[in-house]
Amino acid sequence: MADVVRGQFDRRVNRRRLYGQIFHALCLISILIGLGMLALLLVDIFLDGWRRVNWEFLTSFPSRKPEQAGIQAALFGSIYVIALAGALAFTLGVAAAIYLEEYASRNWVAKVIQINIANLAGVPSIVYGILGLEIFVRYLALGKSVLAGSFTLALLVLPIVIIASEEAIRAVPPSIREGGYALGATRWQTIWRLVLPQAFPGILTGVILAVSRAIGETAPLIVMGALTFVPFTPDGPMSRFTVLPIQIFNWVSRPQEGFHEAAAAGIIVLLVVLLSMNALAVLLRNRFQRRLEG
Amino acid sequence: MKSVADNSPIIETRDLNVYYGPTCVISGVDMEVETHKITAIIGPSGSGKSTLLRCFNRMNDLIPSFHMTGSVLFAGRDLYDAGVDPTEIRYQIGMVFQRPNPFPKSIFDNVAFGPRVNGFRGDMNALVEDSIRRAALWDEVKDRLKESALSLSGGQQQRLCIARALAVQPQIILMDEPCSALDPISTLAIEELMRELSNDYSIVIVTHNMQQAARVSDYTAFLNPGEDKTSELIEFDETRQIFTNPKDERTEAYITGRFG
Ligand SMILES: Nc1ncnc2c1ncn2[C@@H]1O[C@H](COP(=O)(O)OP(=O)(O)O)[C@@H](O)[C@H]1O
Ligand SMILES: [Mg+2]
Repeated sequence: MADVVRGQFDRRVNRRRLYGQIFHALCLISILIGLGMLALLLVDIFLDGWRRVNWEFLTSFPSRKPEQAGIQAALFGSIYVIALAGALAFTLGVAAAIYLEEYASRNWVAKVIQINIANLAGVPSIVYGILGLEIFVRYLALGKSVLAGSFTLALLVLPIVIIASEEAIRAVPPSIREGGYALGATRWQTIWRLVLPQAFPGILTGVILAVSRAIGETAPLIVMGALTFVPFTPDGPMSRFTVLPIQIFNWVSRPQEGFHEAAAAGIIVLLVVLLSMNALAVLLRNRFQRRLEG
Repeated sequence: MKSVADNSPIIETRDLNVYYGPTCVISGVDMEVETHKITAIIGPSGSGKSTLLRCFNRMNDLIPSFHMTGSVLFAGRDLYDAGVDPTEIRYQIGMVFQRPNPFPKSIFDNVAFGPRVNGFRGDMNALVEDSIRRAALWDEVKDRLKESALSLSGGQQQRLCIARALAVQPQIILMDEPCSALDPISTLAIEELMRELSNDYSIVIVTHNMQQAARVSDYTAFLNPGEDKTSELIEFDETRQIFTNPKDERTEAYITGRFG
């Protein structure tokens, strides 16, 4: 009897192992499909564009002649707009998350706000463009400026930052807060010295996601009125501007082969900017995490 | 340090009733915490021991549904008077929690946290060292003050939490089952430490371990829920009296384990 039972166990182990291997293989195939597509894309773009990525391309303005067209205006436009939008979304987002998690009382108003922030995160970006046009460009009379563009993008990514920050703040155990209060710390001291440092890596992850999204956005900025042909570098927050994705879009839609090469080169530049911003944020986050865990 | 004469109680409760929402969890508690003595609060799980303890430093204020009637006097002053700011009294009343809760900072910064938020001006290194020494932890951590507090063992973390509480120079230390997450050797270390500390501080300890109450405390309060789940202070007396000659039969039943 005992032998029979043991035999059944053995067969099931084998079968379970098989299932495990199948699952393992499926996961591997999924990741390979994802990586494969990405590699294909990168290789394609790289082959098209690598010849154009050079110092001249980076320091030239757009031109009617494809071989002279460069990306400087869009590159600086992107960096300015993203830096401003990121800083703004970070500040407002973290402050809003602190308010919702640490100050607001847990009633139905807070719940409604919370649900609507989640909804906002799903609103199509073009709607933010219309909002930006109405409020920042026209009502606040900022014009079609860098400032108006970064306000628009900041609004667009604000919900992502708020939600990520809230989760990071909520993940700080209540015992840490109690420990602070028991030593005579005020609420502000407890938040600033105990909760935020511990939530910071998570908050930074949210900001990385948000900035990565913002840097690729085209539609809201076009609606808002960013230019497509800019033969100058933005010289301040009120300057008119364009950004990398708009420039790329513009080149792709031209018939000449030379502009397609420029577009591919522009995509390479965009990817490099995106990856280096992410790398910087990941680096910061890891450093901070190590300091906490010691 | 002492602002109260040795023979007068540092904490007194008068007809204390505590509610969470509409539910009354403890009612009619009149007790004292004697200066430079160890007072134990014992009772079955859910009898409101932690609730009572957290009334002594207004930690319950953090719970929205909490409210109370009656009064808690600290050094003669009503803690729940309208003019009293809870953050202002908490540094005088240290608290050690059931689970060690060191901050994810260095050992040094854990102890320095309280002095810093309370605006301490003076020799921080000396204060940190003195606090850690008082918590009988110095020899174990003196070479690694810059390391994370999370790298310490559970027993060391709990003594660090005690050092952290001592660093703001409280008059009284509240401990909520400080040993329940610790092994027997660490438990013994903490008990010895408590005896040591009672020379300079008044201590209140919540414990579910009756041997521990008998071993370390001078006074014992026994809380027990009645039919309606509301707990009352059944008996409050010298520990020797409670454990050798309890006046109430419910106390006797509880300490001899013939309970429920
Ligand atoms: N935050 C709270 N909200 C509502 N009820 C609570 C809360 N904390 C404790 N209680 C209730 O109060 C009673 C006493 O709890 P507690 O003081 O933690 O008891 P003990 O520490 O003796 O185990 C229990 O019935 C518990 O369910
Ligand atoms: Mg308890």
